[in-house]
Amino acid sequence: MTTVVTDNCLRSRFTDCVTVCPVACFHGDDQMLYIDPVVCIDCGACISKCPVQAIYEDPIPPDKQHWIEINATRAPGLPVIKTKQEPYPGAEARQKELGF
Amino acid sequence: MSNLGTRENPLRAAIVGSGPAGFYAAEALIESGPTLLVDMFERLASPFGLVRSGVAPDHPKLKQPILVYQQIAESPQFRFLGNVTVGRDVSVPELKDCYHVVVFACGAQTDRAMGIGGEYLPGSRAATEFVGWYNGHPDYRDLVFDLSHDTAVIIGQGNVAVDVCRILAKTADELRHTDIAAHALEALAESRIRDIHMIGRRGPAQAKFTHPELRELGELADCDPIVDPRDLELNAASCAELADRSNRAAIKSYEVLQAFAARPPPTHRRRCHLDFLKSPIELIGDGRLERLLLMRNCLVGQPSRQVAQATGEMEELACGVLFRSIGYRGVAIAGVPFDEARGVIPNRDGRVIDGENVVPGVYVTGWIKRGPTGIIGTNREDSVLTVNSILADLPHLDAGAKPGADRVMALLEGRGTRVVSYADWQKIDAAEIRRGQPAAKPREKFTGLKEMLDVLEC
Repeated sequence: MTTVVTDNCLRSRFTDCVTVCPVACFHGDDQMLYIDPVVCIDCGACISKCPVQAIYEDPIPPDKQHWIEINATRAPGLPVIKTKQEPYPGAEARQKELGF
Repeated sequence: MSNLGTRENPLRAAIVGSGPAGFYAAEALIESGPTLLVDMFERLASPFGLVRSGVAPDHPKLKQPILVYQQIAESPQFRFLGNVTVGRDVSVPELKDCYHVVVFACGAQTDRAMGIGGEYLPGSRAATEFVGWYNGHPDYRDLVFDLSHDTAVIIGQGNVAVDVCRILAKTADELRHTDIAAHALEALAESRIRDIHMIGRRGPAQAKFTHPELRELGELADCDPIVDPRDLELNAASCAELADRSNRAAIKSYEVLQAFAARPPPTHRRRCHLDFLKSPIELIGDGRLERLLLMRNCLVGQPSRQVAQATGEMEELACGVLFRSIGYRGVAIAGVPFDEARGVIPNRDGRVIDGENVVPGVYVTGWIKRGPTGIIGTNREDSVLTVNSILADLPHLDAGAKPGADRVMALLEGRGTRVVSYADWQKIDAAEIRRGQPAAKPREKFTGLKEMLDVLEC
């Protein structure tokens, strides 16, 4: 089982997901969040919190598969994000652009 | 008088209940900034609530939040007082005397009834009782489930229903190396159940289970999932529900059901039937459950607001075991307002209210606050909101110094209560893990208080 953050998070970074993570497995850089697959328990709580539906669980669609590797390598080196933060500047515009 | 939440006058908070909501409230308090001490009261000798006694034994990953709770418990600001029942060993007014803030996080301890004839015939039980039994909860360990019948029925289609279904459907070998209670493994190994019906009053587009849990029913060693393709024919409103982009989870569940319906005929020893659009009308039997009378439903109403309506078409299903799994319900605590209709403690943003008035210093979080919905992580968000209310109220709370745990410990000692500390629990925890090793189980739970206290004697 894997749960991953994908491209819609990039430059929207709403961080609603982290408020329901029971194990604090989200890490982030300035642009987006990543899930540490070693810590994540695949409970799926975060999925419906994302306003831009950036989080996927198994079965991960073929066009999102590469995000498994990106989450696994990026997350461990970045700080844990466990409280809600300001979205990325312009996130609302991006949300509209993505059709949500 | 010094301000509350300073080194001279630390905020003393009591949390009642040690499940996810309680631990996330403790975490949010400890990380909030003001100087404070958190004492957590738990009626059992073991902490972690439904993560220990609700999450299914074959879902070890979902128990990993315990690692987070262990870290919280090791904070020097945290104290665990296990084997203490608030409302019996110590009263709510006494707690209010000892603490500035009391947070109720005691969950929903009982189940909702179906309210139909024959509900309490022998053979019919709450799913929560079965869950407590296979998870070694002391309150349920002595229950006896007669699994010598062919057919079991589960009323409800949430994830608890799926857990019960899966545990009934699995072989003993599939459960042997989990932390399932020994008594349950033994009884399930002898089970003669062949057909399991999980029955929902609405259709496949409205079912509450989530698709990863559903998918597991198709991956069992000796059980086939059965879905009648006719049940997957949707009306226009259900099609509209599934077409809604925000309903991505439901469409995934629907796809899993389609895959189940398209399977070749069953070949395994057990079958798990997912039955839709049926409501239980009556449980029938001479001295014990023999048959279930069901009403066939249709759906009426607008998308996302469809309700089940009886068609008048009835059918009977012979069954020897039935579990109702239509929701949990909170239990009232003496000295705390309670909303009987909803089974929760009435509150505004986590502040307990009595009628229209806020009860100062008394808060609530988790299932006893919002009702039994959501999963483990939902309680983290909920507890943060309650703690935000506490922090906002801090300047207005009675800032008089409170005696905290010292006074409570003295009271409890005087009443002969053996308080189980966190260090005590760590000994019990280590003993459970040791006990599990010979059978290659992650742990063999102690299912009674006496066995736990015996560990502390040696």
